[in-house]
Amino acid sequence: MLTMAQKRKRNAILSAVIGWILSLIILVPFAVIVVNSFKTTRDSAMMNLEWPRDGWVLSNYAEVLDGGQIVRSFFNSLLIASGCVLVCMVVTAMAMFVIRRRKSKLHRVIFYMFFAGLIAPVNYITALQILKALHLNGTYFGTILTYAALGIPFAAFMYYNFIGTIPTEIDESAIIDGTNISQLFFQVIFPLLKPVTVTVATLTFISAWNDFVSPLYLLNSSSKWTMVLMVYNYWGVMQQEWGKICAVIVLTLIPILIVYIAMQKHIIAGMTSGAVKG
Amino acid sequence: MYKKQIYRSWFTMPAFIIYFLLFIIPVIFGIGYSLTNWNAMSSEIKFVGLRNYLEIFNPDNAYLLAIKNTLVFTVYASVGKIVVGLALALFFNRKFRTQNLMRGVYFMPYAISSLIIGMIFTSILAPDGILNEGLRAIGLDAITKSWLTNRSTVLGAVIAVEIWKSIGLNMVIFLAGLQMIDKEYYEAAQLDGANAMAQFRYITWPFLRPSITTNVILNIIHGLKVFDIVMALTNGGPGNTTQVISTFVFKTYGMGAYGLSNALSTFISILTMLIALAALKLIAPKEA
Repeated sequence: MLTMAQKRKRNAILSAVIGWILSLIILVPFAVIVVNSFKTTRDSAMMNLEWPRDGWVLSNYAEVLDGGQIVRSFFNSLLIASGCVLVCMVVTAMAMFVIRRRKSKLHRVIFYMFFAGLIAPVNYITALQILKALHLNGTYFGTILTYAALGIPFAAFMYYNFIGTIPTEIDESAIIDGTNISQLFFQVIFPLLKPVTVTVATLTFISAWNDFVSPLYLLNSSSKWTMVLMVYNYWGVMQQEWGKICAVIVLTLIPILIVYIAMQKHIIAGMTSGAVKG
Repeated sequence: MYKKQIYRSWFTMPAFIIYFLLFIIPVIFGIGYSLTNWNAMSSEIKFVGLRNYLEIFNPDNAYLLAIKNTLVFTVYASVGKIVVGLALALFFNRKFRTQNLMRGVYFMPYAISSLIIGMIFTSILAPDGILNEGLRAIGLDAITKSWLTNRSTVLGAVIAVEIWKSIGLNMVIFLAGLQMIDKEYYEAAQLDGANAMAQFRYITWPFLRPSITTNVILNIIHGLKVFDIVMALTNGGPGNTTQVISTFVFKTYGMGAYGLSNALSTFISILTMLIALAALKLIAPKEA
């Protein structure tokens, strides 16, 4: 007979084993990509997990990195995603601070407008017309603003809930000390919002980095393409050369997986914060 | 009076302007343009009433099929994600080693672009891909298929990939709900002789309701907007068998039929709004 403690331990080991076996469903597709990125064109044609007949090679990476387009697209993605995060966090936090504190009808209308953006998809065709009218089409800045607009609804939702937990006494004592709203917000309130800012910034960064639709409509010059668009382009051009396609995919996945691993806790915190309330 | 002086309205302006210009106005203009013949061929834009919408609902065109595909995709993918996500969450809601690392693995596809996931799976699902290789290795040669070019399997394959991507997200949301449950409830129930089924029915389920609502809504919204994964996996093919509304928005835009493209885009906005609100009304827990 096993004791309770032994039984529990056995079950825990069993759970871990089953869990890892099932996780192969997630891991194997990635393994296929990584393995084949180190195979010659002949070997990678099969896209399997077999040992390469021609040996492991780095030539796919050398070739796709040649010409610097991938590196350039990496910096494009970095610029656009970071710019979007910066703009989106600052403007949304500012707006939600006032909206949450004022609670007037007009402010509630603005809040619901932001909220509708969580549901309705954007119309890229007409958004592009607006950018053209502002002479911002095809520019980094225009793209950053578009992404910021897409990120505002989620950020607004998160900031609205969090700002409600900050006591108004903090505002009052600062006001008595003679600060104006800009000083109050940027020196006192914004630093207090750090936990939610980190979460929202991470999620916004990931969705901007991964987005495929906006640059497809908005960025026509290939010199400004993001990594995802670059991969799509390579995929069209190098139809049968899976080795090289895999190398491009691996290079595209590395930056975002680093962000994912480093920020995993915050991502999960953000994704679940809405869940409890429903 | 006092509030107005401290919390200045101009503070809401930067966010409002960006959002209004690049989100609200495009949607409103889109509705307007959807009633015109705006296209790449002529510089003249004429009002045509509901003609573009009649075009969408004309059974001679493939748009109705795309609407049906979008709905089928949304329903099956949502159910699949919720069932698998819930099963995983129940599995993870206990203590064992390497749990956090494992959870990170299941959630990982969430951080990756749908487009890239679609590309990866074109190779996995290819006739000589690793899925068929695996099936052959375990003697299931009979069910190997060219998953993405076979008309009867292709939509199912796209749905399966979507489920693969999002089970981690559903799992994490369910786990948050499960972890709110005090372990003492279960202990008390065990003392009263409640079996596992009864414990699930009377303790776990009520606590899960809010996270089910969240997952259903998120999955529906996400499903109706589907685009990237279809573009990468099938590009709408073979024929138009996996065409969805968003791929037709892009396709008609590419053909220069901007009025029609806007009508499709407007249609999907209205459809998403209506379905999401209806779902919210139907399944959201009633306020006590």
